[in-house]
Amino acid sequence: MSVLVYIESEQGRFKKTALEVASYGKAIADQLGTTVTAITINAMETSELETYGVSKVLKVNNDSLDAFNAKIYASIIQQAAEKEGTKVVVVSSSVNSKYLAPLLSINLNAGYATNVLEAPVSTSPFIVKRTAFTNKAYEMFQINTDVKILGVSKNSFGIKENKTTASIEDFTPSIPESGIHIESVDKASNKVTIADADIVVSAGRGLKGPENWGMIEDLADVLGAATACSKPVSDLGWRPHSEHVGQTGKPVASNLYIAIGISGAIQHLAGINSSKVKVVINTDQEAPFFKAADYGVVGDAFVVVPQLIEKLKAFKAHQ
Amino acid sequence: MKILVCISHVPDTTSKINFTDDNTKFDTNGVQFIINPNDEFGLTRSMWFKEKQGAHVTVVNVGGTETEPTLRKALAIGADAAIRVNTPAIDGFSVAKQLAKVVQDGGYDLIIAGRESLDYNGGMVPGMIAGLTNSNFVNNCISLEVDGNTAKVTREIDGGKETVSADLPLIIGGQKGIVEESDLRIPNMRGIMMARQKPLTVLDPINIAPETASVKFEKPAAKGAVKLVSPDNLDELISLLHNEAKVI
Repeated sequence: MSVLVYIESEQGRFKKTALEVASYGKAIADQLGTTVTAITINAMETSELETYGVSKVLKVNNDSLDAFNAKIYASIIQQAAEKEGTKVVVVSSSVNSKYLAPLLSINLNAGYATNVLEAPVSTSPFIVKRTAFTNKAYEMFQINTDVKILGVSKNSFGIKENKTTASIEDFTPSIPESGIHIESVDKASNKVTIADADIVVSAGRGLKGPENWGMIEDLADVLGAATACSKPVSDLGWRPHSEHVGQTGKPVASNLYIAIGISGAIQHLAGINSSKVKVVINTDQEAPFFKAADYGVVGDAFVVVPQLIEKLKAFKAHQ
Repeated sequence: MKILVCISHVPDTTSKINFTDDNTKFDTNGVQFIINPNDEFGLTRSMWFKEKQGAHVTVVNVGGTETEPTLRKALAIGADAAIRVNTPAIDGFSVAKQLAKVVQDGGYDLIIAGRESLDYNGGMVPGMIAGLTNSNFVNNCISLEVDGNTAKVTREIDGGKETVSADLPLIIGGQKGIVEESDLRIPNMRGIMMARQKPLTVLDPINIAPETASVKFEKPAAKGAVKLVSPDNLDELISLLHNEAKVI
């Protein structure tokens, strides 16, 4: 009957969103009067989960599972859910979780809600609040099936401590045939990804050319941020497509989003609106981004950004 | 190769989002509907398969008669045939069930849907079709090639990309990258004229109990005004971000 949380890891270490998933699972378990079981796949050390309310860990370790495979991972989570008699499975909003969850939903005959913001509004009927219309509305969403799957929006419920002691159980599920063969993976290993970053520094056409991105990277370095860009910038080939954020690009839900030389077209804002705090730096005070931002600087990026870098360095040195 | 492209009929990005009936229904009044952008990237890629590899392309939508102009637009872009499953799109699961039936009856080799729709952002239909038809599935597809019975697909992952191969039949969750924005096609007059002659088949739905329901909508609270900081006083910005917003 316990709530099952799928705890994602990257090279054996938990992802931050996974701890948010555990925290969320604990909130539902409290509402339902049950406990949280976590399933981990090739995670090295699981004791950290005790800080976030997990009472039991089903630990899967198998070298053949090092590379993510949606069908196989969905099958493993399904087997864990069935073993535990789970009624609620919680996953994150990562690319991989959104890939496997619809498959899991069919496997478990479970209704699935994505982009969930808060602990359920009610558990009978089972209603959650989620975003819809690309952050332009909230939807109260009812799930009528016996088993439910919730995909939690990044950075909305938050990471909450709840000290527990967890029993650890080695779990050896059967591994199905997949049909998908990995040919190659191309991944920058030392860069903060947009998906994981607390802070994202993003720039647009106002930078005039790709040769001017040095200061954007410097600003990102000072803040430990990921770099991103607007659609025109990726369409022009100034920056790689993987940096394009917005409606047709990557979604951003960081704590801080700094937009430099980006006017703030509605398609851009739709993709970054889940960020908590937005800062805009732009010469044009009429740019629509000023209506969406919390803080703004009307000024020339080529003057403001280098100064901001120096001042942030001084600020960080005093911390 | 038989390709099925799943088309969602969604409000244009710039639409005002409002609700009626005590905030329980989306207000379609004055809203312009378009082909869901993530679906249009896949539709455009399928035109390439049609022209270079002789593929036959069918587009499908689950919805009422009001979605037919969107299907006609897909025909005008170049799809060969259209199917409308005549029932409102209630939830992701029931749409996926209707589409899985179309997939199985039609014997399609490649099924392309968008990674998510612009309206409800569920992001579940392509994966559910794969689960229901027990087909291979690649989501977040940013590149797609087919050679004989095998597809080579690149998908976006956090921080990079991954290239995989899989046999057909294959379900794709598409997005920008599968083609570029500049590759998208605007229907020309000839395409629009020809679209009128192309078959648009209306199918009766199968009986399905939805798993989920929309209970009510809310609009986000209006945002406060931006706090402007002088470019000569960036220390204040740092102080606000540190002390007030607490994000650095």
